[in-house]
Amino acid sequence: MEANERTKQEYAKMVERTSPKSPIGKNCLFAFLSGGAICTLGQMFRHWYFSMGWTEEECGLLVSVTLIGLSAVLTALGIYGRLGKHCGAGTEVPITGFANSVVSPAIEFKKEGMVLGMAAKMFLIAGPVIVYGTLTSMVVGVIYYLLGR
Amino acid sequence: MGKRLGPQTVRLERPVAVTAAAAVAGKMEGEGPLGECFDRIVQDALFGEDSWEKAESHFVREAMERAVQKSGHTMGDMDYVFCGDLLNQCIGTTFGIKDFSIPCFGVFGACSTMGETMSLGAMLIDGGFAEQVLAGASSHFCSAEKQFRFPLPLGIQRPPVSARTVTGAGAAVLSRKGEGPVIREITTGKIVDLGIKDANHMGAAMAPAAAALIAAHLRETNRRPEDYDYIVTGDLGRIGRDLAAELLAKEGFPMDERYTDCGILVYDPQKQDVHAGGSGCACSAVTFAGYFYPKLRRGEIRRMLFVPTGALLSTTSVQQGLTIPGIAHGIVLESGKGAD
Repeated sequence: MEANERTKQEYAKMVERTSPKSPIGKNCLFAFLSGGAICTLGQMFRHWYFSMGWTEEECGLLVSVTLIGLSAVLTALGIYGRLGKHCGAGTEVPITGFANSVVSPAIEFKKEGMVLGMAAKMFLIAGPVIVYGTLTSMVVGVIYYLLGR
Repeated sequence: MGKRLGPQTVRLERPVAVTAAAAVAGKMEGEGPLGECFDRIVQDALFGEDSWEKAESHFVREAMERAVQKSGHTMGDMDYVFCGDLLNQCIGTTFGIKDFSIPCFGVFGACSTMGETMSLGAMLIDGGFAEQVLAGASSHFCSAEKQFRFPLPLGIQRPPVSARTVTGAGAAVLSRKGEGPVIREITTGKIVDLGIKDANHMGAAMAPAAAALIAAHLRETNRRPEDYDYIVTGDLGRIGRDLAAELLAKEGFPMDERYTDCGILVYDPQKQDVHAGGSGCACSAVTFAGYFYPKLRRGEIRRMLFVPTGALLSTTSVQQGLTIPGIAHGIVLESGKGAD
């Protein structure tokens, strides 16, 4: 079985043909429904806080904090991870997914110590999101500035 | 060199007996089709320890102690221990066997480790360097996920081609004398790389190595697949098994239902959420020790080719975009009264 380029290409085709694909349609639908449900929940909290007399700006802040807190607790209880299997991007993309991505490595690496374990690994998954999120917003900001002139 | 049958295969001068084998598996494996075959099923993924890594070591210790006990020997009778796992620097093994105080060879062959430890142990005995050798391998779903993939509580979707790492450990006692099935031939794998880069699709990465090994073995021993009751690969899973069978057919060795894979046997795909099947060192180790070994012992299997398979990747090699080379190690076991 000489592993030349042709063999590799033929094998890649064979693997492609044999391997089942992820059910994209179903995944998208579940992501839409679950992501939408999380946003609706956020909106409910927003109305509730607003009715309690908080200002618009304070409500936004409170909603974020509530959702992050909920996600962190559900992650610690092992529930959020299980939701992720079915909901996919629906639970990954909203702010609750961000909280999940910070809390889960913090739990997983607790045994390696509070500094080099939990704290150092906490942004293992969220770190790149912050880096590229900041970078993208800077690029968009520059474009916005240039277009606005 | 009368023992060498070909570039990869050796025939042992005097067959080495496998006098005992033990399998200790996790909860999910216990709920699978082979649940009743295991010596012990541990419901607690932490096995009473406080980390996944220590739990894996506990599985190793438990499996090895049980195998030695079943062989009627004591740990002190073992001349050598060969063992390996998937964790960095094989800590699963180290902390599992460190208190045995037996001369030790730590082995890394990724998920093919059980094949490697048994091959090396049998050769050592045939060479006259040992009377009894303890061989084993382990893996743990949680410690493997933590090292190779993502933290467990992270909510992610797995692709349908991915496999689940088997939690557990398997061990076998090899002996120059004693009752039990015997190891006749050993075919040592070469590294085969057909350019697969998807770390989720390890069945595809390993299938060419498995097919190459089985083909080499059959050529060098002048046998046909029909000469075996079973040809069993380690952890290719359903997709990998079919890929290997297709590659073997191209080589002129069409396979039928006698060719199966431990990754298919260990879980129930209808009831258990395992996608392509089982993987990890323990996949072949517990399936051999728990399911095939007793069948060999009872004479229900006369001859089998056991082929644990390994994907030789690390997190670094995957992140650097390197391919995933595969390896497989073949051992021929025959039912028999044992070595004399």
